[in-house]
Amino acid sequence: MSFQASRPNLLAAPAVAWLLVFMVLPCLLILSYAFFERGTWGGVVYDFTLENFQRVVDPLYAKIFLNSARIAGLVTLIAILIAYPAAYAINRAPKHRQAMLLFFAVLPFWSNYLIRTYAWIVLLNREGLLNNLLRMAGYDGEPLSLLYSEGAVIVGLVYNYLPFVILAIYSTLSRLNPELMEASRDLGGGPVSTFLRVTLPLTMSGVAAGGVFVFVLSIGNFVTPALLGGGRFQMIGNVVYDQFLTANDWPFGAALGMVLIATMIILLFLQGRATAHASGERAGAPS
Amino acid sequence: MNQEPTAQEPILRIDGLSKSFGPVRAVDNVSLDIQRNEFFALLGPSGCGKTTLLRMLAGFETPGSGRILLDGTDIAPLSPEKRPLNLMFQSYALFPHMTIRKNLSYGLEMERLAKTEINHRVDEIMAVTDLTPFAERKPEQLSGGQKQRVALARSLIKRPKVLLLDEPLGALDKKLRERMQLELKRLQHEVGITFIIVTHDQEEALVMADRMAILKDGRLLQCGAPEEIYEHPADRFVANFIGVMNFISGVVTPNGSFEADGLSVPMPGAAAGPATLAIRPESIAVSMNGGGIAGSLVDAAYHGLDRVLHVKIAACETPLQVRVPAHTSADLGIGSPIHLGIDPDRCRLFPD
Repeated sequence: MSFQASRPNLLAAPAVAWLLVFMVLPCLLILSYAFFERGTWGGVVYDFTLENFQRVVDPLYAKIFLNSARIAGLVTLIAILIAYPAAYAINRAPKHRQAMLLFFAVLPFWSNYLIRTYAWIVLLNREGLLNNLLRMAGYDGEPLSLLYSEGAVIVGLVYNYLPFVILAIYSTLSRLNPELMEASRDLGGGPVSTFLRVTLPLTMSGVAAGGVFVFVLSIGNFVTPALLGGGRFQMIGNVVYDQFLTANDWPFGAALGMVLIATMIILLFLQGRATAHASGERAGAPS
Repeated sequence: MNQEPTAQEPILRIDGLSKSFGPVRAVDNVSLDIQRNEFFALLGPSGCGKTTLLRMLAGFETPGSGRILLDGTDIAPLSPEKRPLNLMFQSYALFPHMTIRKNLSYGLEMERLAKTEINHRVDEIMAVTDLTPFAERKPEQLSGGQKQRVALARSLIKRPKVLLLDEPLGALDKKLRERMQLELKRLQHEVGITFIIVTHDQEEALVMADRMAILKDGRLLQCGAPEEIYEHPADRFVANFIGVMNFISGVVTPNGSFEADGLSVPMPGAAAGPATLAIRPESIAVSMNGGGIAGSLVDAAYHGLDRVLHVKIAACETPLQVRVPAHTSADLGIGSPIHLGIDPDRCRLFPD
């Protein structure tokens, strides 16, 4: 009896152990640094302090944090606006073609993140493809400075995380009983009413899952802002990176990291609640 | 002014409707007239095209050719939301994120009716369908029978000219299904709306329908009242599909007599040649005192009111099914010799 009951736990044991040893422990270790002072030459001096958290709410860092949140929010919004129609179109395609379309949607994922981001540098720089195309189209002014801007960072982040959102929304759309949309049409709802009152509410869990994913990954991202934003452009991820690798202020980097992780946990919690709330909607799926 | 009175004009005229999916002709040149306030059944085995036909009426499939005239106007070019008829889905398709009240009011909100009017009509339909106690529940909190009533109410509240029902009782258990058959018929009478129901269950169609159409491979085989189709099936398929039918292969002689091994039935006027005789189990008489067609009892199934005897005769490979009152056949043992009488007037003859 107890053997039967404990077997699932036993099967999960290696994964749980792996997570504990290689994920939870190192994270806790780093985060614990947030409560200590930094050494004069870097490293950590184990004297308890809350000073690092006072610095986090310093207007300078709070501003970077809020700006990062704004950029991540914009990225999320744009990604959802692009991904939803794409997922909708894939779901409407003939069944045998859907797998292929999904494959193309996630194809960029299979190339290296850095290469993908550098590709945008090639596209956006002053002598890049976009400026050349503009010139060919008859534009003869100064080349546009597209690169090293907030816009370039947003484009890069949207590009990188779009496949996640398409997959998340597609998975809820594909589970939706198509007769629900037909019922709405039958009851007199036009295509717009049907989308706003039936399709969208019933796929919000997918939108939320994809959105939280993009937001969390974007707000902490430091590679894309560094490469596409140029040196001057900072997001909170860059600040954390700098604290650990340049400023050698591990305790302060840990405090910033803690704020990021807390944001992520709150968002995941909210998304989990939204999904649980929507689980009753599965009842509408064909059995 | 020798126009026919409007009451005689069909509410729905299906005129040469066809639909193909690739090489498959799902609906093949079907023409049907459906009368006002009729309870009409589209009946056929799965894949016969009845659901495609219904979906064309609702607007979810575009006809390849043909017209759909509702009160004289062709509605084939209209999108589903613009058609004054409603479909009750087989899966019910209740909106899972809305309460029952919201599900019911949805169709009226789409018509942009005043709030007081909407509330009044929702209360009214909930009273008629016994749904008042469930107004604030979500569909997942209802039983199958209750969901079915919500789906029906949600369609009826729109006061459609024609209500289409796609296998409306398919998801219910047998007892509830039989009760709902009569319930649906009563409700149809009360609301005075034309019902077109799709079903694969011939018994259901016989019980409920005023008239029915039998479809096979996209083609209309026969259309008529249940009695008419049961008594005078147009072909072998219909004869076999509706109710139970015995078939005996034989030959019609030039002098108008159907002959098979040990069996002769006068069929005056029938064309000579190979033919199949069809006869219902209840149209065969058992004669206890000899005479008639000789056979032996292979099996007997007791059904309470009556008994179905399986009788092997020389003329037929499969035993004939014979339905007799239960009390007249209690002493017949398996293997005992038996004699059958066939009434020529109750036989159908299909030339091969």
